[in-house]
Amino acid sequence: MTDIKRVGILGAGKVGIVLAELALKAGYEVRISGSGEIAKIAMTIDTLVPGAIAATNEVVVQNSDIVLLAMPLSRFKNNLATLLDGKLVIDAMNYWWETDGIREEVLDSTTSSSEQVQAYFKGATVVKTFNHMGYHNLQEDARPAGDAKRKALLVAGDDSAAVATVANFVDTMGFDTLIASNLAAGIMAEPGADMFGASVGKAVLQQLVDDFPESTLGKQISAQK
Amino acid sequence: MTNVDDLQFGLETFGDILGDDNGGTLSGAASIRQIVKEGILADKLGIDVIGIGEHHRPDYSVSSPETVLAAIATATDKIKLATAVTVLSSDDPVRVYERFATLDALSNGRAQVMLGRGSFTESFPLFGYDLKNYDDLFEEKLDLYEQLRQEKPVTWSGNFRASLKDADVFPKTEHGLLDTYIGIGGSPESIIRTARYGYKVVLAIIGGQADRFAPYIKLYKQAAEKYNNPVLPITVHSHGFIADDENEAIEVAFKNIKANFDRIGQTRGWAPMSREQFDGETKTGSFYVGDPETVAKRIARTIKVLDLGRFDLVYGAGNQTAAQRERMIELYGSKVIPRVKEILAEEQA
Ligand SMILES: NC(=O)c1ccc[n+]([C@@H]2O[C@H](COP(=O)([O-])OP(=O)(O)OC[C@H]3O[C@@H](n4cnc5c(N)ncnc54)[C@H](OP(=O)(O)O)[C@@H]3O)[C@@H](O)[C@H]2O)c1
Repeated sequence: MTDIKRVGILGAGKVGIVLAELALKAGYEVRISGSGEIAKIAMTIDTLVPGAIAATNEVVVQNSDIVLLAMPLSRFKNNLATLLDGKLVIDAMNYWWETDGIREEVLDSTTSSSEQVQAYFKGATVVKTFNHMGYHNLQEDARPAGDAKRKALLVAGDDSAAVATVANFVDTMGFDTLIASNLAAGIMAEPGADMFGASVGKAVLQQLVDDFPESTLGKQISAQK
Repeated sequence: MTNVDDLQFGLETFGDILGDDNGGTLSGAASIRQIVKEGILADKLGIDVIGIGEHHRPDYSVSSPETVLAAIATATDKIKLATAVTVLSSDDPVRVYERFATLDALSNGRAQVMLGRGSFTESFPLFGYDLKNYDDLFEEKLDLYEQLRQEKPVTWSGNFRASLKDADVFPKTEHGLLDTYIGIGGSPESIIRTARYGYKVVLAIIGGQADRFAPYIKLYKQAAEKYNNPVLPITVHSHGFIADDENEAIEVAFKNIKANFDRIGQTRGWAPMSREQFDGETKTGSFYVGDPETVAKRIARTIKVLDLGRFDLVYGAGNQTAAQRERMIELYGSKVIPRVKEILAEEQA
């Protein structure tokens, strides 16, 4: 398992800020970027997450042991495909009508969005998590390990070592984890799935995983295969 | 903290289609007439503001809120008339100015412009805009709106609209500046933008604890100072329902708010609202539901924690009946608002 000390977040919006807050609380060194100049996000970062370092995408990536993608899904291709080469990456992005526009223009409809992110950032190892919980749940529901009310996040990836590192990281951020069989299975956490929006404990999350094949989206996907 | 006597209390409705007494629904036209009636009732009760949303969908009756507000304007004399929100991104700032200046004239200066990006997308294809330009459209149109708001001839050019050369727009308002707010869903960038323009912030808190917005309000204050703009009172808008009986309020609200959220969630891909989720929102989250005492306590707490100048209760979600809505408005005006002021006055003393 890789030792994580420095966390980088690309995207300084609602989710990026909450993830930065959780990472600071967990004791990590945190860098965060927006799409533009540092000056554009400096005041936001200083006020909302004092202690996090506002930087450019490149500086964030270079100085991080793990990189979290928290930008609109329709924007990830604005970055060079080599930006994340050699990096362990968490994809927290979802397709979201309001920011991303027409789905077909952003996404191929046959695979999960994270598979498409992985296909674009070929040199990175992408693990999907933090997707199915709303940002205010991420903020309010983070709890120490062992807390009876702790909530769980689905973690999906193809590289088992990377998945183990990410699961451990998610645990330090305040959530239990449930490991999906591979990156493709992360579609269970996407908009349209019953899990989407769920801030629930591990047992309920497991139930949602078990029920997925019989759910509307699950049936749709198996019909496509 | 805002002096209790200066606190403002508003009602906002998105124009949901009403339910009738037999489990069916009223027509859009009848729903619109009911809103006018409610606006007049709210004015009689001394409620400070009525806000009406703009939607272009079958589940909502109001696509042209200024027209409905105009009807309320001529039958009332104190209540402020707001949109909630005007979807500026898919509108023409010249038309927005003209409609609100007209509403301001009809109401003797009671118009409030609440601009936002909206949380639905129907208006984009309807008015010929590309959703891809969601951010840029808002930014550009806000820039033009602000220039028009100065009520002097405007020379302007942009990417999404024909240029203007010394264009003068009418009518002029009698007080020279339309009262303008921006509705914000929680993006820090929107907060800073609002402070930069010197507009007032309306925070739409539709889920989770209100407390988490305290840092955003700090951000607004710092940004206003940075841009040398006055720090203006903050408004929060959240959903709620009030009935004489606590349990009745909870059951009616659960049924209707759930129906509303689930219907919207279906197109956006989120799972149906569970009872647990709803209960969490009513106990400590952003639904203000219960009998007058319960709701008053929760509103008072939010006003205090966030140091608000105004609280707007969003009413009518789902297919509530006219009787339920009117009783709610009566309780809000006659019991909840006085009680909130009383609670806060005790704490200030
Ligand atoms: N909202 C939720 O509850 C939630 C929960 C889980 C996951 N998600 C997903 O998380 C992602 C972010 O959502 P959000 O709600 O936080 O959106 P948001 O508030 O709109 O923030 C997006 C941020 O990404 C930045 N950005 C855009 N392009 C970028 C680029 N090329 N490089 C670096 N940063 C860039 C934006 O900066 P500029 O302003 O400079 O463009 C902005 O700071 C989305 O994919 C969303 O679906 C959201």
